[in-house]
Amino acid sequence: MARTLINAPRTARKGDVMEIRTLIAHPMETGYRAGADGRTLPRDIIRRFACRYNNELVFSADLYPAISANPYLAFQVVADASGTLTFTWEGDNGFAQTESATITVS
Amino acid sequence: MNHHDLPPPSRRIVLAAAVAIGLPVLWRPAQAMSDVLTGVLNTFTGGAPTREGKVHFDIAPLVENGNTVPVTVTVESPMSADNHVQALAIFNEKNPQREVVACKLTPRMGKANVSTRIRLATSQQLVAVAKMSDGSCWTHTVDVVVTLAACIE
Repeated sequence: MARTLINAPRTARKGDVMEIRTLIAHPMETGYRAGADGRTLPRDIIRRFACRYNNELVFSADLYPAISANPYLAFQVVADASGTLTFTWEGDNGFAQTESATITVS
Repeated sequence: MNHHDLPPPSRRIVLAAAVAIGLPVLWRPAQAMSDVLTGVLNTFTGGAPTREGKVHFDIAPLVENGNTVPVTVTVESPMSADNHVQALAIFNEKNPQREVVACKLTPRMGKANVSTRIRLATSQQLVAVAKMSDGSCWTHTVDVVVTLAACIE
């Protein structure tokens, strides 16, 4: 399990635009770099990120090797109901991770 | 032969002179999009015309470390059900791969504002493009100078 850092408000007022910031520990090996033995290191990146709000897709992104190591993504979501935000990362070599954050909307 | 009456300069000569004088100015207008990026944009938009505007691509013009370059793309859009940004992408000119990131946005985001950190292999041109729900495509092109390049992407 890779370490993740998720910054989302715990409470919000209905209609507020919340800023969500996510970070996941991952080398994002590009597949273009040479290793110590001179051979090209195989690609190992996170290819897809998705954020769901009460199981409805809100934001998704396809990532490419030009994304820095430990991919950081920040975006906005409108608070409309209490529930959970689910974050999923999927990538090479079967990488898959899901994290969630609960939010109370008043 | 009478050489007193020289013919007036022909239209061709006048035009050639005008082009020769104007050329250095027209050669590389600021922010002119490179052919590489134009081609990639065409693929992304499916041939739809793109216009400069609405999109704001926030990146430092002088990048000290190409391994992690913070970028923010903001699009002017009400993000309502009938008028929102559907897709947002960043392309580069000189990394090994043209794509940087491609996002799908929904009206539930409230604001079209996405930040991430990218790698830049060398000084180059970048473009952010937004595809709206009405089918129009808007771009913002930026030139960046990279002093320390990323380890090949």
